[in-house]
Amino acid sequence: MAETVLMRNFGRADSHTLASYRGAGGYAAWDKAQTTEPAALVDEVKKSNLRGLGGAGFPTGMKWSFIPKSHTGPVYLVVNADEGEPGTFKDRYLLERDPHALVEGMLITARAIRSALGFVYIRGEYVQPWRRFSAAVKEAYDAGLLGRGFDIVVHRGAGAYICGEETGLLSSLEGKKGWPKIKPPFPAIKGAFGQPTIVNNVETLCCVPPIIERGAAWFAGLGTKTQGGTRMYSVSGRVKQPGVYEASVSITLRQLIERAGGVSGTGRLKAVVPGGGSAAILTADEIDVVMDVDGCRGAGTMIGSAGVIVMDESVSIPEALLVLARFYAHESCGQCTPCRESTGWIEKMVHRIVEGHGRKDDLDTILDVAKRGGGTTICAFYDGAIGPYISYVEKFRGEFEALCRS
Amino acid sequence: MSNGAPPTSSRPPTERAGLAAPATIKFSPEQLAEVRRLQGLYPDARGALLPVLHMAQDTFGYLSLEAEAYVAGLFGLSPAHVHEVVTFYTLYFQQPKGRHVVGVCHNLSCHLAGAQDILRHFEARLGIARGETTDDGRVTLQAVECLCACEAAPMAQVDDRYEMQLTPEKIDRILDGLR
Ligand SMILES: Cc1cc2nc3c(=O)[nH]c(=O)nc-3n(C[C@H](O)[C@H](O)[C@H](O)COP(=O)(O)O)c2cc1C
Ligand code: SF4
Ligand code: FES
Repeated sequence: MAETVLMRNFGRADSHTLASYRGAGGYAAWDKAQTTEPAALVDEVKKSNLRGLGGAGFPTGMKWSFIPKSHTGPVYLVVNADEGEPGTFKDRYLLERDPHALVEGMLITARAIRSALGFVYIRGEYVQPWRRFSAAVKEAYDAGLLGRGFDIVVHRGAGAYICGEETGLLSSLEGKKGWPKIKPPFPAIKGAFGQPTIVNNVETLCCVPPIIERGAAWFAGLGTKTQGGTRMYSVSGRVKQPGVYEASVSITLRQLIERAGGVSGTGRLKAVVPGGGSAAILTADEIDVVMDVDGCRGAGTMIGSAGVIVMDESVSIPEALLVLARFYAHESCGQCTPCRESTGWIEKMVHRIVEGHGRKDDLDTILDVAKRGGGTTICAFYDGAIGPYISYVEKFRGEFEALCRS
Repeated sequence: MSNGAPPTSSRPPTERAGLAAPATIKFSPEQLAEVRRLQGLYPDARGALLPVLHMAQDTFGYLSLEAEAYVAGLFGLSPAHVHEVVTFYTLYFQQPKGRHVVGVCHNLSCHLAGAQDILRHFEARLGIARGETTDDGRVTLQAVECLCACEAAPMAQVDDRYEMQLTPEKIDRILDGLR
């Protein structure tokens, strides 16, 4: 079993408190960072091969280095705690069980990017995590960790999946509806309130203190050639022990399912979603994939948020797609025509098929519509929707056809 | 659940027994101080709009057009802007809601764990369909998207709490506890 890095404190009594975190050596990395030059912090994170754990897998140190050197105004650090990707629940665990790891990660990151103000955008439904994290922030203020050059504002969302997309999140943080914005400009150039902004996921920033404390080489060595570290895999669906599992990013999907107790239900695997609802589905004979960014990309899917949803042989794939199609139709923000129209139409067509009124050529229409819209929209939401549309239909076409009228 | 009767949620607000809107839409002086504190946290005061809307909903029960206009006034924004924001997010209610809100997740992992049966059990016990509020204003029932507690599927949010690994018996106990 790989080393426990992110979940190292979960088993401690009152792990969410400052006393417990300090007792486990917490804030030692921050002490070290305070005497380290910002550029050296960025360098260390670059060398660690840390890649964003929120979805896109972008190299974290490189993102930080995009803040314009010439910029003299404010720089903001925004934490994406709007966890909403179907099948993902790791950030909830971090906020509830180790909130000080995030505060410490933010302190170090803020120094690296020269930010004096950070925002933590927590999804509105996460009331308990929000209370826990707010309490940790208060403790950090009382202890003088915050308020001396860096402040944290905890912000609650109000229910909208699209606010997890970083520019949608920034719109929402600015007091607007959560409409994504065209990139470029990227947030690092023009982000929150028009200023250079780094948006990072909760788990990504929780990796930063261990990297600073134990060194980039150690962290890089935990992972694969192109991605360092361990990460928290959320495993749910038809497994015997659903839950969050920390493992090296070099673990395979097969090993991960075994760690979660193996397949439940019929005990025979049919398909797995490897990286949250928006990842292309894998069949039972595609699970030897390495669960890092490039391993999943090579298998034609994505690691995304590392939300693994397991389906045994008794699961209806058309019904599973209908659930996701309904979700995308509901959550499209409506700005882009291909996304707004296709998500609605595809939901209707999949619904019709599941109800037994579909025609076989509906399947070609779904594939055609899905393939046309890719890459044409303001944000990656729609690309995330077509992953399931295409892969479910192409890989399980027979099952869809069996429901269709000839 | 369709039996020809109009869905409860389409009745005019006055006939509803949920949280009645207070006669005047106004924050207390302490709340106004809190609004100013929140506005001061952001580089642009407008950043506090979502938090203040949460406050308004907690205070007034739901976000009526009057409440929207009132909040707009506190920000120097147009009521149309605030309306656009309120309608975008699922946690803001434009109509009176029940004293308790139950959001049953019906996304993929919960679906695999029987979310539809869970929803039907809630509907049968409450005598309403998803999207509706009981006549006595006790509970609003919703089907919601992934609440990111999929390891505990099937699950639901009941007011501030996540209720995990639901069974019909557990649902009965939960509902019995809602006054
Ligand atoms: C539709 C959509 C939803 C997303 N939801 C989330 C989310 O819930 N949490 C998250 O951290 N990133 C989410 N992302 C990715 C963010 O846009 C962004 O890449 C990420 O927050 C950057 O942080 P990282 O580099 O640390 O991963 C989403 C992206 C898209 C397109
Ligand atoms: S792709 Fe969809 S969600 Fe993204 S901006 Fe366009 S309409 Fe909105
Ligand atoms: S699918 Fe229900 S909580 Fe995620």
